Amino acid sequence: KEVTCREALNSALDEELERDKSVFVMGEEVAQYHGAYKVTKGLFEKYGGDRIIDTPITEMGFAGIGVGAAMSGLKPVVEFMTMNFAMQGIDHIINSSAKTHYMSGGQVKTPMVWRGPNGPPTSVGAQHSQCFAAWYGSVPGLKVIAPYSAEDHRGLLKSAIRDEDPVVCLESELLYNMKFTLSPESQDKDFLLPIGKAKVEREGSDVTIVGFSRIVHNCLEAAQLLAQEGIKCEVINLRSIRPLDVETLVKSIMKTNKMVTVEEGWPQHGVGSEIVAQMVENAFDYLDAPIERVCGADVPMPYAKNLEDLAMIQTHNIVNAVRRVCNRK
Amino acid sequence: NDQVKVNFNRPFKTYLLEKGPENNAVTNKKELIDYFTEMSRMRRIEIVADGLYKKKYIRGFCHLYNGQEAVCAGMEYATTKDDHVITAYRDHTFMMARGATPKEILAELLMKEAGCSKGKGGSMHMFTKNFYGGNGIVGAQVPVGAGIALTQKYNKTGNVCMAYYGDGAANQGQIFEAYNMASLWKLPIIFICENNHYGMGTSTKRAAASQDFYTRGHFVPGLWVDGMNIFSVREAGKFAADFCRKGNGPIVLEMDTYRYVGHSMSDPGTTYRTREEVNEVRASQDPIEYVRHLILTNKLATEDELQSIEDKIREEMDEAADFAINAPLPPNRDLFTKVYVNEVPVRGVEKSLSFKP
Repeated sequence: KEVTCREALNSALDEELERDKSVFVMGEEVAQYHGAYKVTKGLFEKYGGDRIIDTPITEMGFAGIGVGAAMSGLKPVVEFMTMNFAMQGIDHIINSSAKTHYMSGGQVKTPMVWRGPNGPPTSVGAQHSQCFAAWYGSVPGLKVIAPYSAEDHRGLLKSAIRDEDPVVCLESELLYNMKFTLSPESQDKDFLLPIGKAKVEREGSDVTIVGFSRIVHNCLEAAQLLAQEGIKCEVINLRSIRPLDVETLVKSIMKTNKMVTVEEGWPQHGVGSEIVAQMVENAFDYLDAPIERVCGADVPMPYAKNLEDLAMIQTHNIVNAVRRVCNRK
Repeated sequence: NDQVKVNFNRPFKTYLLEKGPENNAVTNKKELIDYFTEMSRMRRIEIVADGLYKKKYIRGFCHLYNGQEAVCAGMEYATTKDDHVITAYRDHTFMMARGATPKEILAELLMKEAGCSKGKGGSMHMFTKNFYGGNGIVGAQVPVGAGIALTQKYNKTGNVCMAYYGDGAANQGQIFEAYNMASLWKLPIIFICENNHYGMGTSTKRAAASQDFYTRGHFVPGLWVDGMNIFSVREAGKFAADFCRKGNGPIVLEMDTYRYVGHSMSDPGTTYRTREEVNEVRASQDPIEYVRHLILTNKLATEDELQSIEDKIREEMDEAADFAINAPLPPNRDLFTKVYVNEVPVRGVEKSLSFKP
């Protein structure tokens, strides 16, 4: 069955709302407008305004309300129209949702999902184009997922909703329309993907390419092109930013001895930086070449198309990095 | 017949309400003794905390409630333990009011494993049944409280949430966001602004364009309450809880109160106000002395009897302090637990000191 990632998220939400009455959805335009990106289409009609709640444009307020609802027994799925706007409410994501379980000595849980599109789409300028994976990924108490395929979107969001901890789900506007084939098992109502496990999307023996979210598509494209040159790339889709599946990465490096990390966010203190550090700590002896990072350019996103293209990762950037790491021209 | 009628010399002021509560209340011996006891316990635990802090048993932030007892106690007597409470970092007495023991409270302050948060929260982060902290970020507890109220409405429990904040937090943007959604969605929440007239060292006059905090919900009805009088607070609390339970949505209570001590332990509390001002409030409006006065003038107990209550409280708190002093610190392993609901590997300051569940 072919579905878009939008439909995958929608069916995951629908099934979890059906399954558990304490699950509800809140956010801007999620109900009567069907979601700014139509992820929640049809849910208001099916579950009503008590469970699919339109909020005013007031991120800090509804982020706090979401935490309070989670602390007192409900399971909110809080949608941010984009993760850029979550910055208005980030205090509640970090200080209220991530820390309360620890601070209370385990007395108070905050089972909830923070979700919305993350990372650069195109042509919307600096304030609407950035990746928050490294930000949320650095916070103990949060779990952070970044789905790529339709299967990822279904399995990870369903796991996140059932999880007892707060989970940040970083989606991509550019993936919402992308179609993937759903296997029969991933169509099951209880199909869950474990949070904290990466997926080897393509096996290879020469070099490991690691990416997450939308850019996995370009990693696979690069692997395809490089195969024609005889370079066998292993492509790893992280799926989770936190916990980070270091084990799968190490296992791959033990096989390929080379790695390129790919992320749309900024280079400094990025997810790639963390992976490099982890590989130095855990797999240094297996490395045959310095790990190279491919990242968004270290600038606020420009508006002009020619500049934006230069600021964003293109498939050839990944190809070039792999060639360098493999010592090929 | 031991009934006593109390008239309020500082009457309620109402906002968007046709009628507020009556400006008097009826009480009796049992209530008066209870109120005297409970507020004295609150005063005493803070005095003990103050002493322990100065002896360096307590570290970091520590905010005391001395002077404001009638607010916390009065609201508790107006509601039930099935109702929910959230407040800011001045939270020790709220814990006690919600049923936590002085031992677990003081043990938490003294960073002990027996503390209510296992020594991992401290002064600002205490939690117990239907009490959600203990929030260290000024104003953040207010929308969280609205979320707790949302759960009450969602689950049709008939219970309300009381969300406390100070006059300083009252200017935070998220409070107005919470007013707005609570009002739109008719959430059963009592917004309780404890106006002790100083946000840290800044007088309300220098921080708030309008100091009528009971009117600042704009479209949310409000009541100005003499927060130094437990009966005014109790009557306002009953009125507000009833208002919320009837499905009318939120209400704002401004509790006019006063903090005798500094904002926190590092603030002597005398640089931005005069000693005379503090002494004047203490002498004329102290919430505990007021109840003592009612008991004695109505001959419901003797001075000796009240003294013996105070002695017992002193004993209770001293015993709790001893317990806390002698209790063990949390085991080192606890550093790594309760980050998530299920334990996961956690990195220590050195990789070799990491934790595996």
